[in-house]
Amino acid sequence: MDIFTLIFTDYTLRIVSIGSMLLGIIAGILGSFAVVRKESLLGDAISHAALPGIAVVYLITQTKNTEVLLFGALLSGVLATFLILSIEKYSRIKFDSSLALVLSVFFGAGMVLLTYIQKMPDANQAGLESFIYGQASTLLKRDINLMLIVGGILVFLIVLFWKEFKLISFDSQYAEILGFSSKKITILLSTMIVISIVIGLQSVGVILMSAMLTAPAVAARQWTNKLSKMVVLSGFFGGISGIIGTLISSMVSNLPTGPTIVLTISIIVILSLAFAPNRGLVWKRIKEKESRRNIDKNQLLFNIYELALNHENIYHSHSIDTIKPDTNRDRESTNILIGRLSGLEDDGLIKRDYFDHWHITEDGISYVENNLLKEGY
Amino acid sequence: MEKEVKYIIEVEDMTVAYNVKPVLWDIDLKIPKGVLMAIIGPNGAGKSTLIKAMLDLIKPVSGNVSFNGKSYKEERKHIGYVPQSESVDWDFPASVLDVVLMGRYGKLGWFKRPKEEDRKKSLEALEKVDMGEFVDRQISELSGGQQQRVFLARALVQEADIYFMDEPFKGVDAKTEVAIMNILKDLKNQGKTVIVVHHDLQTVEHYFDWVTLLNTQLIVSGPVKEVYTEENLNKAYRSKGKILRR
Ligand SMILES: Nc1ncnc2c1ncn2[C@@H]1O[C@H](COP(=O)(O)OP(=O)(O)O)[C@@H](O)[C@H]1O
Ligand SMILES: [Mg+2]
Repeated sequence: MDIFTLIFTDYTLRIVSIGSMLLGIIAGILGSFAVVRKESLLGDAISHAALPGIAVVYLITQTKNTEVLLFGALLSGVLATFLILSIEKYSRIKFDSSLALVLSVFFGAGMVLLTYIQKMPDANQAGLESFIYGQASTLLKRDINLMLIVGGILVFLIVLFWKEFKLISFDSQYAEILGFSSKKITILLSTMIVISIVIGLQSVGVILMSAMLTAPAVAARQWTNKLSKMVVLSGFFGGISGIIGTLISSMVSNLPTGPTIVLTISIIVILSLAFAPNRGLVWKRIKEKESRRNIDKNQLLFNIYELALNHENIYHSHSIDTIKPDTNRDRESTNILIGRLSGLEDDGLIKRDYFDHWHITEDGISYVENNLLKEGY
Repeated sequence: MEKEVKYIIEVEDMTVAYNVKPVLWDIDLKIPKGVLMAIIGPNGAGKSTLIKAMLDLIKPVSGNVSFNGKSYKEERKHIGYVPQSESVDWDFPASVLDVVLMGRYGKLGWFKRPKEEDRKKSLEALEKVDMGEFVDRQISELSGGQQQRVFLARALVQEADIYFMDEPFKGVDAKTEVAIMNILKDLKNQGKTVIVVHHDLQTVEHYFDWVTLLNTQLIVSGPVKEVYTEENLNKAYRSKGKILRR
């Protein structure tokens, strides 16, 4: 049976794919703001910090109801954010150290509590550790409904506060000047980011969730220079990795869903870093080469222009050794040089007098004065 | 009898400290309406801090500021700001126009989106700072001087009465410096008050009519002709040598 029929017939697979897609979309959208605000690491700390919340809520309520456990995750995520920001503000500890501190203390406490829970003489104990690496197969229809509702609210808030979120993400002091409370907007946005993390914990787990938050946004940033497009594209990348990751893990036995989703988005990131126009590495390389070639040509023309200015007769011609002095020029580079000069002659900017002597033309002078000089030659 | 001067900004007993180190110490400063004022002082003198404390971006340990006798919050709509361009991440995904439009956000208030009129004003401001060709340029592709001009345009569309600018000439070429200076003089001629953190001691006399010398404490503040003297500069820079080339 091929994979598409499987999605339409296998109820569990359908639920899990939709759930993973939704978590990818939500994390992708909110993650864009974490990335442009340079707060990706904060996301990492928050997701690790959610673990003790889950354990504590389980200890108090003794239920394994996802909504209840995730509420615990939300509380400890918010608490961790608050702690990190306060430590930075009220002590001399730097932001990255306070992140590391809170992350390890909370995650450590979470692990201790989980071990304790596993050792309890109670039948209803197993399963909590699935929050560490996530277990997408435990997604239920009602988890999907929860994601839809929460995701809908988050998107609505982003549209409503679009201008304000954009402003504080770029320049929060200026936001204050304009009369917007940076503090209130930041609290709202950070809370929304925490919620988007919590939504994904069940499927992806506390360790890998920050990748779901950051990776789609990093990939999306490569393809666009506009925040709105970045947010949409990031949601798309997140969603598509959710589906693809789920399907791949369903086809290969023993391949866990969460990590497969993260691998999928990682591949999208690598491709984007390499091949995106403008920002991609491959594209940059090509541009660099091209510009080196042009600079060479422009530099030659400029040298000829300078030489011309040194003579009464500006059409006095010069040999290639005067135009571009180079003591260790070999045959090959001489040929390249002559090729370049011939190129300039074809453009009508210089003229060949007799064998390997050249002088500038009127067009050449005006090209230098109107273009090159303005570019800072 | 002395001519009555109308002060638009009054700073009283202002002290600002980071941790235990006082960065500004007991500053009393009165700025008359309609001046083009330079704030001068060595690196780390607290020039940026003074502006930020006046704009309520930093809480002073003590002291207060009034604008036209009112608090900053009441007068906020009339105050424009050009921060140091290093204060933001220029790799943020936005175009030049996007950034200038932000200057209109304060007038728009919560939730409202910029309208055609806001766009028009932003484009005009960009023309004014000679950035008309770069409207759609991604901001990460701007030179330092272009960044400064974008921030200046963003402040211009605030249509404020009092402008604070933190080193608007930093990293700009000579031509841009003249262009920016003409805009500042324009603002002054419209009756606006412009306060500029400035680092080039030699141009103060040509550019400004009022000056404040600062080095943690206020050294002196007044008309350039009267207070911009070798003696006061030596106090501000704690030096003995000749500072001005005249
Ligand atoms: N956020 C900060 N935390 C601690 N010290 C600071 C901070 N900002 C500025 N300072 C210190 O305050 C002093 C004044 O800084 P600043 O106002 O930026 O000076 P200026 O603008 O005159 O160069 C400097 O010594 C600087 O190191
Ligand atoms: Mg400064």
